[in-house]
Amino acid sequence: MASTEAVVTEPGTRPKLRVEHLGMVYERDGERVAVFEDINLDVSESEFICIVGPSGCGKSTLLKVLAGFLSSTSGSVTFDGESVNGPDPRRILVFQEHGVFPWLTVAGNIGFGLSKLSRAQREERIAHYVQTVRLEGFEHTYPSDLSGGMKQRVQVARALAVNPHILYLDEPFGALDSITRVIMRGELLRIWQSERKMVIFVTHDIDEAVQLADRVVVLSSRPARIEDVLTIDIPHPRNISSPRYLELRDELLKLIGLAYEI
Amino acid sequence: MKIPVWLRPVLLITALLVVWQVAIDRHPGQLLPGPIGVALGILELLHHGLLIKYVVASLFRVTWGFGLAALAAIPFGLMLGWHRRGEMAFYPLIQVFRPISPLAWIPIAILWFGVGDLAAIFLIFVGCFFPLLLTAMSAVHGIPAVYFNAGRNFGLSPSAFVSRVLYPAVVPQLLIGLRITLGIAWLVVVAAEMISVNSGLGFLIVDARNAGNRYDLVVAGMVIIGTIGLLLDLGMRSIENIKSFHWSSSEG
Amino acid sequence: MNSMTKPRAWESFFWPIVTAGLLLALWHYSVALTGTKVFPSPRSVEKAVAELLHRHVLWADIGDSLRRVALGFGAAVFIGIPFGLWLGWRPAANQVVSPVLQILRPISPIAWIPVAIIFFGVGDRAAVFLIFLASFFPIVVACVGAVSSVPPVLLGAGRNFGLSTPQLLMRVVFPAALPQILVGLRIALGIAWLVVVAAEMIAVESGLGYLVIDSRNSGKRYDLVVAAMLIIGIIGLALDFIFRRLGTIRSVRWGFRDAA
Repeated sequence: MASTEAVVTEPGTRPKLRVEHLGMVYERDGERVAVFEDINLDVSESEFICIVGPSGCGKSTLLKVLAGFLSSTSGSVTFDGESVNGPDPRRILVFQEHGVFPWLTVAGNIGFGLSKLSRAQREERIAHYVQTVRLEGFEHTYPSDLSGGMKQRVQVARALAVNPHILYLDEPFGALDSITRVIMRGELLRIWQSERKMVIFVTHDIDEAVQLADRVVVLSSRPARIEDVLTIDIPHPRNISSPRYLELRDELLKLIGLAYEI
Repeated sequence: MKIPVWLRPVLLITALLVVWQVAIDRHPGQLLPGPIGVALGILELLHHGLLIKYVVASLFRVTWGFGLAALAAIPFGLMLGWHRRGEMAFYPLIQVFRPISPLAWIPIAILWFGVGDLAAIFLIFVGCFFPLLLTAMSAVHGIPAVYFNAGRNFGLSPSAFVSRVLYPAVVPQLLIGLRITLGIAWLVVVAAEMISVNSGLGFLIVDARNAGNRYDLVVAGMVIIGTIGLLLDLGMRSIENIKSFHWSSSEG
Repeated sequence: MNSMTKPRAWESFFWPIVTAGLLLALWHYSVALTGTKVFPSPRSVEKAVAELLHRHVLWADIGDSLRRVALGFGAAVFIGIPFGLWLGWRPAANQVVSPVLQILRPISPIAWIPVAIIFFGVGDRAAVFLIFLASFFPIVVACVGAVSSVPPVLLGAGRNFGLSTPQLLMRVVFPAALPQILVGLRIALGIAWLVVVAAEMIAVESGLGYLVIDSRNSGKRYDLVVAAMLIIGIIGLALDFIFRRLGTIRSVRWGFRDAA
């Protein structure tokens, strides 16, 4: 039985990210278009949250508002009590594509946010994260010589290198082929389990959400509202043919409103 | 108070003109005219009928030089773009001739055509030929391989292929190249007229200065040259836009 | 892409040499057949080149032309790139300034000569000014285009890592725009080379352009004229080649991947 309370807080842990009545409306040709409305969410540190919803429902926009790249028109986002109103190195966003700087090598990209460190510290950090994302040997390679999956690893390493509080990922594996996607999911989990950052991950892939997340936030179509929040209570590593997994997956499918007999 | 967008450049230009006029007034007895002097100069030229006459002369040369260059260079360039060996054969030669300023051809032009219209037209031809050649070659290279495969797939004969696949595919890029080269033609005609003929806007500039230091007419000439050049460019852009509506609606 | 088989490597030498040979032969025979006394034959041009090389004036002329280009082009780069980057970064400013540039641009640099002479007198400075003018506009236009085509994702990533606006410009916008800026520079250099020759034919008394016009005026030495033209072409080609090479530097090479 899945618990589906809209706002769930683990007993005993303070929510670090608090989203209250968040809404976004914009004007187009004189008409007001609501992207999302009345989003309420509390996320604790080290939680892995997935946001799923139909294509075009506004989940990417929501993520950008959470990360501070866009402003909402109503409501608030606070982290540790401090309101979010701009991009900040404590909250790094990993983009779906074209996020790595093409004129820098892998090492150059990873070290991008580390200019305040001494040279020795920077090199040590870079080496550590190159290892974390398993790109040893590619330190001096340019992005144009890397595959899509490798470029996403570079983005993740670059994000982690500045030791952020939150990692936002905007359909990071969406541009990759299905095999690479599966591999990357495993990699992300492995990295998350060792780094234990708060992660908010937007996807339209249901399997991805069930495999990765502690909780899955389900958005309706535009204007997006939180349809429901599903708690995935299977410990990692998750067996994708276990009955519990399939149950949760079905639950999620139902929530998104698709028939599961295709 | 927010200034509407269209007004801002107008204000900037007006401000610059005012500064110019003030600077001239501060230095009396100086050769250069202010904007008022220029405007009067233009009126004077209109009054004597010279303005129309010179503009027509310049445009006439541009039309012939540019037109002939387009007729020669575009088919040749398309062919070279199509046949790799042909391109290999001519490419180094083109690369050596292209950086030679059309004006450097003046002695040869005068030798072959004497002083006059034909020499000027030849210079414009030379100045336009190589850029148009390269544009045509590059336009063919830019055709996606998919188009060729589709054409072959549908069993088109060579002539049908040229008219139904090749030509529509290259036209947008050719139009852009034609516009840019027309700009070059306009630059060359002015330079050519300063040196080798007795009419036209370039000649006006040289003549106005030589025959009496009439710098007001010199700058008036410059203004007219700039305006017509701009009109030519805008004209070509609107042709491009018509065509591209054509294309994008068929792809939409 | 065409109906023939793929050409082999040796062919990229073979065909141009064959064509050049045929054209040379054509040239040679048309001179011989028409019995012209004025137009030079290939042989006389060859001798003319040798004469120029020995005369030492050639090197001075080449030096003068290159120097003027260096000064005028250099000034255009120095002023044009920051100006163009600023216009690209601030579209509002661009909207205001662009019409002014659009009006000035079609005025042939050569048409500016009388005005240039008033300000700078006959000589080097007037020529350098003309070259500056001719190079300035393409550089600014290229910079504006380069900045506006920096993908917003990269700007967002830069901001995400806490870069201030000056830092963003230096560490993201400029490197991202650099390949396109280089293309603009190469085109502007080509224009500068055309203009220097033209300017030297009118406003100064040294340099390759002057060599062309002087060879004709003082003695109808058309062999020298053609020799000078060829030298102009070759040096122009060399300058273009150097700039193309710049595009292979590792930190900009990524921008030229598609241009095979």
